[in-house]
Amino acid sequence: MSGLALRNVSKRFGDTPVLDDVSLEIGADELLVVLGPSGCGKSTLLRAIAGLETIDEGQILIDGVRVDRLAPGKRGVAMVFQSYALYPHMSVRENMAFGLINIGTARAEIDRRIAQAAKMLEMEHLLGRRPSELSGGQRQRVAIGRAIVKEPKVFMFDEPLSNLDAALRSRTRQEIAGLHRRIRTAMIFVTHDQTEAMSLADRIVVMNQRRIEQIGTPLEIYASPATEFVATFVGSPAMNILPVAQATADGAFLRVALGDGTQLETSLPASAIKDGALRLGLRPEAVRLCAPGAGDTNATVEFVEFLGDKTHVHLALSRGDRVVALAAAPCTARPGDETGLVLDAAAGHLFGSDGRNLKAAPA
Amino acid sequence: MKARARDAASGEALSGALFVAPYLLVFLVLLVYPLVSGIWLSLHKADLFGGSQYIGFENYVRLFKDDVFRKAVWNTCYFVLLTVPALTVIGLALALALNNGTRRSAVLRGLFFSSSVLSVTIVTLIWRMVLVPDGGLIADLLASLHLPSVPFLSDARLAMPAVALTTIWWCIGLPMMLFLAALQQVPKDLYEAAALDNAGWWRTLLRVTLPSIRRTALVVVVIEIILQFQLFGQAQIMTLGGPNNASLPIVLFIYQIGFQRWDIGYAAAASEILFCIILAAAMTQYLASRGRS
Repeated sequence: MSGLALRNVSKRFGDTPVLDDVSLEIGADELLVVLGPSGCGKSTLLRAIAGLETIDEGQILIDGVRVDRLAPGKRGVAMVFQSYALYPHMSVRENMAFGLINIGTARAEIDRRIAQAAKMLEMEHLLGRRPSELSGGQRQRVAIGRAIVKEPKVFMFDEPLSNLDAALRSRTRQEIAGLHRRIRTAMIFVTHDQTEAMSLADRIVVMNQRRIEQIGTPLEIYASPATEFVATFVGSPAMNILPVAQATADGAFLRVALGDGTQLETSLPASAIKDGALRLGLRPEAVRLCAPGAGDTNATVEFVEFLGDKTHVHLALSRGDRVVALAAAPCTARPGDETGLVLDAAAGHLFGSDGRNLKAAPA
Repeated sequence: MKARARDAASGEALSGALFVAPYLLVFLVLLVYPLVSGIWLSLHKADLFGGSQYIGFENYVRLFKDDVFRKAVWNTCYFVLLTVPALTVIGLALALALNNGTRRSAVLRGLFFSSSVLSVTIVTLIWRMVLVPDGGLIADLLASLHLPSVPFLSDARLAMPAVALTTIWWCIGLPMMLFLAALQQVPKDLYEAAALDNAGWWRTLLRVTLPSIRRTALVVVVIEIILQFQLFGQAQIMTLGGPNNASLPIVLFIYQIGFQRWDIGYAAAASEILFCIILAAAMTQYLASRGRS
């Protein structure tokens, strides 16, 4: 197959596992974002693909050819580092040409590729400068340009936006998306920022504790999280998780009772009932404010976040559980107010004691 | 308003001057005064235990006509040429080889640096035991191969290289440590980028490592030029400058003139010339490197 494939890749640092049986495939023109918290193994995964880390088990294939025993430069990959890793004593042009000179590319071809990349990234005027004479955003472009001129089979980005300010980050995100549309090459983008993941990815790989939790499109990841971790890691504010006191299957759909006795009907068939403790996950948009006594339960307003176009209302239920509701702006709720809540359990998710979503297909 | 601002500025300048004063005082008393005093002394015919008489630049004229002094200048330059490039290259090679976190490298770093803490007396005694033709280590090795011994310290062609070899062994620790410190400052990302750029070991060394540590290389060269021009102890103990002044360096010449012949004004003039040579050599190297970068 064309593109990149990882088969049962594992990696340990001494006795500490850092990648545990990771398998995934990336299409030849796909932009895959690897998303996860610090220490989950996402950067190690990227470095293993690049050849900067060896793997202990498994295989890495690019366009069907096994590359995990090849030197980094022989794999046909290019990487944009978090720190950009530009050679400080070389000009921008020399930085871009270095890799091509090393593989004996003809001078005219090097010049053509540099000119093309510089035009694409609008940095023709920077070619004679050194990295120390560039701003953060310009260095970032040069790092991308250095990757482009190699015409790799796989582009890799290791948290490339984390050193940029918010405005530049947003603009560079759009530029990377535009770049991918133009060059249609497999790209792997590692980040811990869900906004970057959601806005850039064709598919997202969510990693946690050295393993892949879920692979899916941004919509699948958001709307159908496979696990409680994915549900709470993706989305801002995070999904509300409420312990279920009792689950009953006395109708067509599974009914759950919360700790304060609130009865809710889910969209899961009654047959989905499972032993062990269950937890109900509700996105803030599935929690609505109403008059006290008019909803499924009552709650006390603790904190109101006004965000311009919307408001996040932080609430405490009678048993102490906390939820966040998404309300329209302006919102009249004030801290200390008693309010009613409509909990749309049909739009929610039920997680079993193993953390898996009962709606998802069995793992 | 203006007057108040002027008062504040002068108060700040005064407190700044007070902070600098202790260092300035030590600098003036221990460096500037001896330097000026030495220059003044070099313009006199002065005996270590007697009076002095102003003679202008006569000491300098004598020095330029003095075959022994000219020989000492040449010997010292030859010694610097033998030692400084070797110390720089070997120091860098050791640093490159030992720049990793293994226990073996840590032990070897300590081992290579350990010679630097020895006194010149110990070092020269060790190397005399290695170099002497009667029962020395090299002589024994040659004897085991049925080869004649080599009189390293009494052969005019070999005496200075022998002193240089001893010096390299003694002084290699400092350049190695300076290069190690510099290598550890080179970001790991650059090497990873070079690996992805298909750069082999040699090309990475030339195009990534060396440009990244060029300032340290300059410091090492300048420091070693300054240190090695001051060769004294090794030549004094190993060869006494011989045979036939073949290993006589400038400092040993100054010592012999000043403290054995007591001609302190003449020795001071030789000292000033040495000062100028070191200054010129270090500045040339410094300016050349700045120009390149």
